[in-house]
Amino acid sequence: MSILAWTIYLSFIGAGVLLLLPKDEPRLVRGFALVTALAGLACAFCGTLRFHPGAIATVARTRWIPSLGIEYYLAVDGISLTLLLLTGLAAVAGILFSWNIETRTNEFFAFYLSLIGGVYGVFLSFDVFLLFVFYEIAIIPKYFIIAIWGSTRREYGAMKLALYSFAGSAMVLVGLIAAFVLSGAKSMSLLELAKFPFPHSFQLWAFPLVFVGFGILAGLWPFHTWAPTGHVAAPTAASMLLAGVVMKLGAYGCLRVAMTLFPQGLDPWGWTVLGLGSWRDVLSLLAVIGIVYGATVALVQRDFKFVIGYSSVSHMGFVLLGLMTLNPFGLMGSVLQMFSHGVIAGLLFAVVGRMVYDRTHTRELAQLEGMSLNTALPFAAATFTLASIASMGLPGFSGFVAELQVLVGAWHAYPALSILTGVGVLIGIAYSLRALLKAFFSDQPASDQTVPNSGLQHLELSPISTPERIGATILVLASLLIGLYPRLLLDLIGPSFGSPLFDGLRKCVGSSWS
Amino acid sequence: MNYVELLSAAAPETMVVLAAFAVLAVGLFAMRDVEPAIRRLIEVMIGCVGCTAAIGWMVALPQHTDLLGGIFVVDSVIQVVKIALLTLTILALLISQDSDFTKHVGEYFALILMAAAGMMFLVSSEDILFIFVSLELTSLCLYVLAAFNKGQEQSAEAAIKYFLFGGMSAAFTLFGLSLLYGLAHSTNLAEIAVAVRSAGLDPLVVLGIVMTLVGFGFKVAAAPFHLWAPDVYQGAPLPSAAFIASGSKVAGFFITARVVSTGFAGQLPNQALPAGWPVWASLLAILAAVSMVLGNFAAIVQTRVRRLLAYSAIAHAGYMLLGVIAQGTPATASLVYYVITYALTTLGAFGVVAIVQQQTGDDRLTDFAGLARRSPGLAVCMMVFILSLAGIPPLAGFFGKFYIFSAVLQGSAPGMKALWLVAMAVALSAVSLYYYLQVLKQIFVVPASAEKEIHFRTPLLQQVVLAVVALTVIVLGCAPEWLIHRLTGVTAVAGL
Repeated sequence: MSILAWTIYLSFIGAGVLLLLPKDEPRLVRGFALVTALAGLACAFCGTLRFHPGAIATVARTRWIPSLGIEYYLAVDGISLTLLLLTGLAAVAGILFSWNIETRTNEFFAFYLSLIGGVYGVFLSFDVFLLFVFYEIAIIPKYFIIAIWGSTRREYGAMKLALYSFAGSAMVLVGLIAAFVLSGAKSMSLLELAKFPFPHSFQLWAFPLVFVGFGILAGLWPFHTWAPTGHVAAPTAASMLLAGVVMKLGAYGCLRVAMTLFPQGLDPWGWTVLGLGSWRDVLSLLAVIGIVYGATVALVQRDFKFVIGYSSVSHMGFVLLGLMTLNPFGLMGSVLQMFSHGVIAGLLFAVVGRMVYDRTHTRELAQLEGMSLNTALPFAAATFTLASIASMGLPGFSGFVAELQVLVGAWHAYPALSILTGVGVLIGIAYSLRALLKAFFSDQPASDQTVPNSGLQHLELSPISTPERIGATILVLASLLIGLYPRLLLDLIGPSFGSPLFDGLRKCVGSSWS
Repeated sequence: MNYVELLSAAAPETMVVLAAFAVLAVGLFAMRDVEPAIRRLIEVMIGCVGCTAAIGWMVALPQHTDLLGGIFVVDSVIQVVKIALLTLTILALLISQDSDFTKHVGEYFALILMAAAGMMFLVSSEDILFIFVSLELTSLCLYVLAAFNKGQEQSAEAAIKYFLFGGMSAAFTLFGLSLLYGLAHSTNLAEIAVAVRSAGLDPLVVLGIVMTLVGFGFKVAAAPFHLWAPDVYQGAPLPSAAFIASGSKVAGFFITARVVSTGFAGQLPNQALPAGWPVWASLLAILAAVSMVLGNFAAIVQTRVRRLLAYSAIAHAGYMLLGVIAQGTPATASLVYYVITYALTTLGAFGVVAIVQQQTGDDRLTDFAGLARRSPGLAVCMMVFILSLAGIPPLAGFFGKFYIFSAVLQGSAPGMKALWLVAMAVALSAVSLYYYLQVLKQIFVVPASAEKEIHFRTPLLQQVVLAVVALTVIVLGCAPEWLIHRLTGVTAVAGL
């Protein structure tokens, strides 16, 4: 399985080499970055083929800081493999959609690949210290990518994103150090720590601390506000990665660290306030608010990219809700939704940021209305239609399977909340259709009052390039494949929840685990 | 004890002092008419040779000695600290090699070496009188170093402030120490510890401890005794500021930790204090908390990089005081690890500021704009230093924080009394990312202003030195075991 470790190494080596390549050869640089990302995807894919579902396969394990019992411990289970595949796909697609980066190309792709390397690292780490190290490594490149190559209010968006991420990781760090010390400061291995019986009272405060710390990056309402501004400010590839994989880092951390180490934190407090009797109740409520709120706000946005930004918040709500159901349906659906949203959000951002914005230089829905983009950019229109259908959760695409599973799980655990979630899904259909119609299929000609630069209407828009076509096709196919044959991933994910890591979670009050 | 024994134990210090004399002599007799640039080069080389010889001596002949009942103690941790001090001295010498603010080259370098010798004596003593004398030897050299740019008012102002605050702190320290001496009838820390333990909560002991710690608080620039720091960091000649910010921090924190752990640690917890802590720990906890809050928030509004580094140093002093509060082997090891890596990082950052200031004429944040274009190598080095200060893995600063915070919690087990301090420190280090990113934003994001297009020249020697320091920061962060092993394996023996 050691081939999986190369996903990390290749990305970092690639980033280093990119800085040494000549500065005036953007084509060479792009090509090299693409090859590196493809090699990473290939490694992830090979690893998946060799993996036996249900196992925890060690990838690499050596002593790192023996005096503190910290190891360099990489391993995978089905959950991490799913996310590794997603990272590979998103990385390749992101590079294809940043083919038009002309300024400081070397640095752009170097930051890009080091971000990818950090993400791979998080998904592979089974030592909590190592996981945290990779988690933080991923923060800094995000800042630079957005601040240097971004658009609207890029410095603000980048700083907000970095500070939110860092605040979240500070919360996580406090919880982890406390857990490390309580367990005797002998090991940081996930498997060892998960076995340690932390006192109930400790888990009751450490769980929310760590969960919310990671949850910030997963777009947990009300800490989601970095997400829309960050997505909008970021260059296309970065929005794709942010929504596609970086938000998954947060959700993954919630599942892998907070829920496995401190499962008793989900237990009832023993008293209720406003009908909420445990952190589980609170977090599920926040997740559902996120779903409904994100969708509602997306419904009224004027900026095309903000629509997608808020839709991400809404879709990530499903992931968090799935985690809180504590039953196999919900948990599997949650992981599947991570994959599905990664692909679909990538696709949506690619259309908005690269195909439309880079050509029309506007994201105002009111201005796009007058451009009859469906005839000017038929490929973009077709892609966005497919992506919207997938995003609405219509059958045939991955979003349907994932959200359905989460809903079924939620129905078992929180019937009332699942009805609210259903409302959220309906609003989701509404905002997707609204954006689709306004941006691409509007039949009202632009009136000159509302559109100051309506001259664009007759502007020659450069046709969709080959890299864009390939990237879009990859993502659409991935979503379709999982939508039509979800067992491909479910067979990977499902058995992983039977591993000893989740013993504590299974014993949790209110979990219905067969 | 005979003099041969003393000489062999104090050989490294002797070598450094001899190097200082050699530098002075060469400047005085041999090179009166030589061009300053060449004089600087030769004298830096002499200083480096002296320091390297001292390091070599300690690496080749590890010692465990205790001379004159604690007046001069050598063990392996002290040797690690001395090697770190000498390395910092060498780096400070190399950084100043290119600076032409003074004609009195020999005296300048000799003072740096003298200060280094003072710090080395300081860290090897367990006797309060000797500690005080070494502290003053170091401080007097540093005051003069701060004032060395005679052509600039800022330098004089910085030195006066530093001198006045330093003198006051010396008075506090001496007052506190004299009370402790009166109690124990001995200047030896171990005997003071016995007296402190038996005296319980005698107001005089409490006063002695508080006064001593206030004095040390001045030296390490912990708030609210930090007022000299921003002016010295800003106004002193850059190499002096770099040396004050790095070397004196290492020595200051080490000796504070030693005085507390050997002298005061036995004091009974005060039931009147909320956390059930002894007086010294409560006082240090307050100093730490105030330093972290004040340092981090004041740094946010700074527009000059040296001032920003000064306030960030105050914040870091707060983190390091946590390591002083926690007692035990891991705590001391973590403190030494933190302070060494911090000093290296700060020195590196000052090195970059030195070059930028020389080329652009100032150290405002905006003077760093576009550095990534002008000098990519320098920009990458600065990124490493700044991110390490911010505590981003895999750099040394992150591991240092993790290590010190976990040691503090371990030290305050089982009830985790210090959890609030750790939580506060981690939260405030998240705040610190904001101002550190402001520096990196100028370097990497903002383009250089067009009207001020300068031909940016990076001196090769400095560039290489900075690259080596940056690499060390990365290596110490990725493979901390190497240093920790030396610090933990032996602290237990030393009984710290």
